[in-house]
Amino acid sequence: MENSVTIKKRYFPRKKVCRFCADPSLVLDYKNYELLKNFINEKGMILHRRQTGNCAYHQRKLTTAIKQARIMALLPFTADLEIE
Amino acid sequence: MFEFPKAKRFRKWESLFIIHPEKVDEKEVIFEKLKQLIQNKEGDLLKLEEWGLKKLAYPIQKKKQGYYVLAEFYGRADLPQELENFFRIDERIMRFIIIKLEDRFNPSEIQSL
Repeated sequence: MENSVTIKKRYFPRKKVCRFCADPSLVLDYKNYELLKNFINEKGMILHRRQTGNCAYHQRKLTTAIKQARIMALLPFTADLEIE
Repeated sequence: MFEFPKAKRFRKWESLFIIHPEKVDEKEVIFEKLKQLIQNKEGDLLKLEEWGLKKLAYPIQKKKQGYYVLAEFYGRADLPQELENFFRIDERIMRFIIIKLEDRFNPSEIQSL
C-alpha cells in the first residue's frame, strides 16, 4: 500500500512528583508501616527512586524507616515465605 | 579554680519493644522495672502505649505473634545504655528499638503545658 506510513508512537514520560513533598501531612516514620508498604515490592525489596519518584531527601528517610520497621518485624525482610 | 557550672541536659527517646506472647501476664513487672531505670537517670516516662498482640512479619524465636508496647521518655544521656542492657538480658523481651526524638529536651516544658 502506498498510503501506509508507519508513524512511530511517541512516548511522553510524565514527570513524577515526590509524594511526601506534595503532601506534608504524610508522616514518614517506622511506626507508620501501612504507608511504607506502598514502597516495597511483593518480594519485600525497597523500590528504586526512579520507580517511586521520591526526592533524594525523602528517599533517604524512607529507606531508614523501612529498615527500622524490618527490625521490629512490622515489615518483612523477604516476603517469599508466608506465615500461616 | 574556675569551674563550669554543670548544666543538666536531657534527651528524649522513644522505644518500641515486643514482649514474648506467653509472658504477657508479667508485663506490669516489665513496666515497673522500665520506670525505675528511667527514674534512676532523673528522667520520667511520658507515654506508654500498648498496641496489643499483633502478627509478626516473620517468626522470631519460633513465635508468630508478639505483644507490642511503645514508650516515650526522657532522661540523662547515658540512659539508653542501661536500657539496652536490661532489654538484652531480659528473656521476656523478644525485640526492641530505641530512637532519639530530641537532642535537647526541657522537662519544664511539659509541666507548663
